Amino acid sequence: MSAVLEVSNLRKSFGGITAVDNVSFDVREGEILGIIGPNGSGKSTLFNCVLGQLTPSAGEVRLDGKVTTGMRPCDLNRLGVSRTFQLLQVFPQLSVRDNLILAGQEHKGSMYSRLIGRADAGLGEAADKMIEFFRLSHLAGEQAGALSYGQQKLLDAAMAFMAGPRFVLLDEPAGGVNLTMLGLLRERLQAYHAERKATFVVIEHQMEFVMALCTRVLVLAEGRLIAEGAPADIRRNTAVIEAYLGREMANA
Amino acid sequence: MNRVGIIGIAIAAVSAAALPFFLKPFGIYLISMWVVLTIAAIGLNLTLGYAGQVSLAQGAFVGIGAYSVALLTQAGWPYPAAFICAGLLCFGIGWILGYPALRVQHHYLAFVTLAFTTLVFLVLRNEEWLTHGIYGINGIVRPTLFGWSTNGARAYYFFSLGTLTVLAAGTWWMLRSPWGRAFIALRENPIRALSLGLDTRRYTLMAFAIGSMLGGLSGALYAPLVQFIEPNSFTLGLSFNLLLMVIVGGSGKFFGPFLGALIAVLLPEWMRITEGYYLIIYAALIMVMMAFCPYGVLGMLERALKAVGVRRDPPAPALQAEGTGL
Repeated sequence: MSAVLEVSNLRKSFGGITAVDNVSFDVREGEILGIIGPNGSGKSTLFNCVLGQLTPSAGEVRLDGKVTTGMRPCDLNRLGVSRTFQLLQVFPQLSVRDNLILAGQEHKGSMYSRLIGRADAGLGEAADKMIEFFRLSHLAGEQAGALSYGQQKLLDAAMAFMAGPRFVLLDEPAGGVNLTMLGLLRERLQAYHAERKATFVVIEHQMEFVMALCTRVLVLAEGRLIAEGAPADIRRNTAVIEAYLGREMANA
Repeated sequence: MNRVGIIGIAIAAVSAAALPFFLKPFGIYLISMWVVLTIAAIGLNLTLGYAGQVSLAQGAFVGIGAYSVALLTQAGWPYPAAFICAGLLCFGIGWILGYPALRVQHHYLAFVTLAFTTLVFLVLRNEEWLTHGIYGINGIVRPTLFGWSTNGARAYYFFSLGTLTVLAAGTWWMLRSPWGRAFIALRENPIRALSLGLDTRRYTLMAFAIGSMLGGLSGALYAPLVQFIEPNSFTLGLSFNLLLMVIVGGSGKFFGPFLGALIAVLLPEWMRITEGYYLIIYAALIMVMMAFCPYGVLGMLERALKAVGVRRDPPAPALQAEGTGL
């Protein structure tokens, strides 16, 4: 499998704190890579640097072999890189349907062509399909802010898929989502993965979710990469148990 | 849009067309002022209400537009050329003023734009070679277009109303296009918008530029309406008044500025029957209104209509929909 994303010697410090310390890894085409680690281990900061929300202090990021360090998130997104954030990020005063149309509209034509084009940017049908895929059809016309937390979380994920990305980062998709909704979310992610052969990176604390979904796992602690491997191996890794999982999880 | 809304707009349109035939010249002057300031308020509503960029500079753009038209027409330019030039000038200056908004937001941005308004006022007052300073510019003539003189009060009102209609229709078209969605996204969550491929930098600058252009075009109508302009008309007071129109009418709602401008222009005049107290009562009314309907008059009306059940179909209950797989 070839690498879609290559991160080399990435470092990010805030004042005296080094949040990400010389991290290098590859994300391979078509895999579902899990990133785990304790709170404050630099998982989100790492990906904020990789995807342009933050500028790294040092290091390099390559997408398909081309350097993308310092590229703006909107330009990266138009190259097929999509993401969700740790905290819920929908547009509460737009309808569910408009949230999804928004998530796809900038991928078609130029900004000025959208001014004279159709109001739904020709994405109405695609949005309705996505809404159906995530089982939100009965809520399509509602304002996103009126949805329950779990439903907003589904919408948040749906938005990341709207433009048909080939690389998706999900930052704690399971956080605060109940078990039934979590099952639905996992099923939807796997279905999309199978259908589009997209590459996924999932940052998550919910270990069952990670173990069931991911094909490979990276472990971060204190800004460093401490382990890498198949989910089952990670579970038995003593360094990971010490730093993050604890004995109970390892024995489970 | 629901039926109540359409009926409301139809009544408003008919009233706007019929009113000047029942009013005295001062009344026509007042509703003309309403029309002219509505254009500036629509612009500010775009920048502030939709795109979420706080601006206290809209009054300055009205000033720039008014002075541009006054100076250019007195230099012999035909009015339409001066009108377009005023719009383009404000578009350009608005674009540049948008750059600070890429770095600062909210009250910090308010101060940046406030300083800009003061700067424009100082230029208008001090640069006498260009603006005639405190003496202002007198004798601004109303244009004759295709042989139609807009010199009469009624004629100028209809000229302004026509311009408002065209500009409002253009704004409506833009807001219903993907741009409108992008502006709202900019207001609600710029970081997420950026991650979804929105060039938030360009949309922010556009929101400022187009909003400012509408301010300038409002000024381009203002100058021939009052026929005498001076720097004191375009102080921070006007910017605050325009801000008030947007907030009172209903920020981020298309018809909010129409209503807000109506209240801000006409309410003080109606209060004149209380003589010396009229501004005090006006101020108190605004305070009460803001405390009880922070979403503006339109927001309040929408809630009232919802409460009495005038709405599109009620949302299907979630449980039922899930159960039947619909």
